[in-house]
Parts: sequence; structure tokens; C-alpha cells
Amino acid sequence: MNLLQGGNRHQIARRRKIDFCLHLLFAAATSVGVIALCALLIDIIIDGISRLQPGLFENFPSRRAERAGMKSAIVGSMYMLCIMLPISFVLGVGAAIWLEEYAGKNRFTRLIQLNISTLAGVPSIVYGILGLTLFVRLLMLQRSLLAGALTMTILVLPIIIVSAQEALRAVPKSRRDASYALGANRWQTVSRAVLPSALPGILTGVILAMSRAIGETAPLIMIGALTYVAFLPKHMLDQFTVMPIQIYNWLSRPQPEFHELAAAGIIVLLAMLLLMNFAAILLRNKFSKIS
Amino acid sequence: MNGEWLQTGGAVEPLKQTPETVRAAGAYSFKNERKSVMNRLMPVLLMLCASVSIITTVGIVYTLVSETVLFFREVPIVEFLTGTRWSPLFEPRAFGILPLLAGTLLITIIACVVAMPIGLASAVYLSEYAPRRVRNIIKPILEVLAGVPTIVYGYFALSFMTPIVRAIFPETGIFNALSAGIVVGIMIIPMVTSLSEDAMNAVPKSLRDGAYALGATKFESALKIVLPAALSGIVASFVLAFSRAVGETMIVTVAAGATPNLTFNPLESIQTMTAYIVQVSLGDTQRGSIEYGSIFAVGMALFIITFLLNSIAQYVARKFREEY
Repeated sequence: MNLLQGGNRHQIARRRKIDFCLHLLFAAATSVGVIALCALLIDIIIDGISRLQPGLFENFPSRRAERAGMKSAIVGSMYMLCIMLPISFVLGVGAAIWLEEYAGKNRFTRLIQLNISTLAGVPSIVYGILGLTLFVRLLMLQRSLLAGALTMTILVLPIIIVSAQEALRAVPKSRRDASYALGANRWQTVSRAVLPSALPGILTGVILAMSRAIGETAPLIMIGALTYVAFLPKHMLDQFTVMPIQIYNWLSRPQPEFHELAAAGIIVLLAMLLLMNFAAILLRNKFSKIS
Repeated sequence: MNGEWLQTGGAVEPLKQTPETVRAAGAYSFKNERKSVMNRLMPVLLMLCASVSIITTVGIVYTLVSETVLFFREVPIVEFLTGTRWSPLFEPRAFGILPLLAGTLLITIIACVVAMPIGLASAVYLSEYAPRRVRNIIKPILEVLAGVPTIVYGYFALSFMTPIVRAIFPETGIFNALSAGIVVGIMIIPMVTSLSEDAMNAVPKSLRDGAYALGATKFESALKIVLPAALSGIVASFVLAFSRAVGETMIVTVAAGATPNLTFNPLESIQTMTAYIVQVSLGDTQRGSIEYGSIFAVGMALFIITFLLNSIAQYVARKFREEY
């Protein structure tokens, strides 16, 4: 009892006070991120809402702000996603299946694994340099939709592989054992027992990778996606532009009207991202219910 | 392992051979044949998918090295690494990377000054203090913040942060390192927070309980027990965030300007390595010209720096991890 009297009690009170103050401080620090997100959204909505009119979706880019729209950019982004989705899905999920279900624990596997985590940290603009040399020049795809989609595919592959690996790892071993016990061979087990169960997780990762791709600007500037495209791309080797590049173009002009257009374009881009994230969350919830 | 069921099948009564069973067996073996072809073919195809990542890395290194070598035939490597003037587009030309490096470093340091304390404090709050309900709200918000495209942050820097900075420091130009750096910092906060929080969550609860049993407050247990135990993960998250800030492109292109400037004054306009690459590729650069080559040399420098940083982060996370 003596211990809690006098100086000690004082000390405990002081330590409690410090703890309380720091609790507040940490909570305040956490709110910085939340406040920043709110400030960003409010800033953009205030600037852009007046330009969010049908013309934005119907018009091609123009030198006059009142007639400028982002039709070609929206369509370009959509086309790019449509091309890269199947390619990156097959390559990414295939690589993940091989790493999780087939590869032995040897040097080669470790090398690939290390390599994937390295690639995930490479700045996106370096992928742009690769795309410029490999697809635009070497494979002579020129500054085309296909070259852009392939560059973005390579950029998002590490994201898809890592998330698909996690999804595959989460499939319980008993499911595989049950399949083998029924006489299935390895590929049957993988394709009919493991993949269906991992699919929601894999799709979540794929959607997140697509939402990364739809917002990337730098690599597409590198491979020369044009900013003034007053037509819709007809085939995969046509020139194209995408939403972030159109936004960048408007943003780099000095006139305030174009900044408003940029803000309106950002609202459209963010709305699309929100939809994709929403789909990913729905899938994730479904996933957690299954397993 | 996977073949075990074959041996443990036990005795099966043999079928009597009748025309029906023979036909069934034939169909069965045909079907089995197709199955086993798939079974043998798929691993090869899947391995090809996996090797795309290796090809990518080889491709990146090969393109960067081959063009950089050509560039260094025209510009001596010593001049490139030690020159203090970068003026590739205007005469007299000079290719000293130090101004670009200084610009990149300035942005990165500002970003880290913003992001590391805030990110770490958020991580401590989320892992040690926050009730589950608050966590469930804050974490998705941070995920959204991490998913915002960088061009949007660029807009935010130019239209929101720059006016604030100019109101405080009136002599600042429209394009300045400070507002770009702060926004890059905001961009990497979620990364620091989520990676550090993962590291802290990996510290077993029993260690905290031990500290509480000895009468420690939450802060004392966080500072003296959890932080030291999670240090390797936290340091790794810092290094990764640093690397991310080095490679960040659109925010600095939009808001930090395009003047290669050997300065550490955050109120001036500067140019980073990434912004330079964008600037050149926006213009009409002839292939084989010296500006074209300079993109690859700068890209090579960028790749090496981020590669080293990422390797350090991985090494720290693995080597100094406390195992429980």
C-alpha cells in the first residue's frame, strides 16, 4: 500500500497523462490521411462539377475549352482495359498457379519469386521506357493501342501474380486431397478443385490491378499515347489516348478553364475507380463467406 | 505425396470381361489419355507464363544498358555523374545528372519528413490504440488514398497545396518543390502505415500483455516493446516508401516544374529524374539523338537507385526480423 502513496502515485498520474496525450497525437496523425482525402475530393468536386456536363462525354478534345470533351480518352481507356484484361489474367494467374501448385522449392523458383517482388518495385516510368523500346520500336507496333495495352500488362503482372498466389495459398489442402482421393490428376485438381475456390480472391486482385492501370499516366506518355485524338480507335494498331493523359494535357495548360476540365475529368476517373473498387469489395466479401 | 492414393486403394474385385466392359474400358482409356495430355502440357504452359517475369526483367536491363552504353560514347560517364549542369535541349549542352539527382532527393526528403512520422504514428494508433470499429473505418479509407491515381495527386498539388504554400511563403513560384514534396508525402502515407502496422501486428500479444502486467501504459508498451520488436518491418516500410517517392512521376511533373536546378531550397522550381524523362518523351525526339539516349541514362540511374533501395528493404525485413 505504501508504494502507491506520495511520489509513486504522482508518477503514475504523469505517465497516464503522457499516454493520454500521445493517444490524442496518434489519433490526430491518423486523421491526417482522412483529412487529406476529404480535402482532395472536395477540392476536385468544387472545381470540376460545373464542367461535368454531357459535352464532356460526347465531345472530342478541342483547343476551345467550352467544346472540349474526353470521349476519345474514355473510349481509349476502356479499349485498353479490354485488351489487357484477358492477356494479364492468363499470364498472371498462370504464373501464380505454376509457382503455387507446380514449382518445386528450388533455385529457379526462388529466382522467379525474387524477380517478381523486384518488378513490383520498379517505377512505372521505367516500364514506359521498356514499352517504348520493345513494343513501339522493336515489334514495330508504333504508338498504338496494342503497344499501350501490352506495356500496361507488363506493369500490372506482378500485382496480379502476388494476389493470385495469396488466393491460391488460402485454399485449404484438404480440398486438394479430396480431389486426389477421387482419382483426379494434378491438372484436374488444380482446374476444378483449387481454381474455383480461389477465383473470387484472384478476381479481386485482377480488378485492383485494372484500377491501377486505368490511372497510370507516365508509362503511356513514354510510349507516346497522343493527347489530341479526335477520333475513336478502330483497331488495335490505331493511335489512342486515355483519361489520365487527357487530364494531364488539360492540367498542363495555363488557362483556368482547362483546369476545370481536368477536375471534371478526374471526377469521371475517380467514379470509375470507385465502381471497380466496389466490385472488388463485393467479391472479397463473397470470398470470406465461402472460406 | 499426390500419388499416394494409388497405392492405398486396396483390393478391388476384377471385372469380368464382356463386350460392354471392354468398350467401356476403351472409352475410359481414351478419356484418360486426353486428361493425361492436359496434365503433362499444362505445367509447361504455366511455366512459360511464370517466365514472362524473367523476360521482363531481362528486357528492362537490356534496353537500359544497351542505350546507355551508346549514350556514354558521346557523353563521358564521369561528366554524367559529376557534372553540375543539366541542359540537354539547349546550347551549350551539358549532361551532369547532379541537378536532377538533387531535385529528386529534395522531393523525396520533403515527402519522407511528411510521411514517416505521420505514417508511423498512424500505424501505432491503428495497431495499439484504435478500437476495432475505428480500424474498420480507417483502413479502407487509407486503401482508397493509396489507390488514387498520381495524376489526381498532381492536380491536388497544383490547385490546393501550391496556393497554401504561396500564401505562407509569398516569394514562391507556381512550380515549387515544397508543394509537390508534401503531396508525394501524402501519397506514401498509406504505404508506411499499412506496412508498419503489419509489422506491429506480427508482434505477439503476449509480449504486450507482459508489459501491461508490469504496469506499463499503452504508450510505454508500444515504445519499448512493440516498436523494437517490429523495427525491421518499420525500417523496411520507410525504405520502400523512400523508393516509391524517388520513382514518383506525375506529381512532380505537374507541380514541381521543369528547371534542372542544383538547389536544396524547397521553394524553388526543380526537375526530378522522372520529370525529365516525361519532358523529353512529350517532345518529338528523334531516335538515336543524344536527348533520346539521355532518357535511358537517366532511366538507368533511376532503376539502379530504386532497385538498390528495394533490395535493402527486403534484406532488412528478412535479416533483422525478430522471430517469436
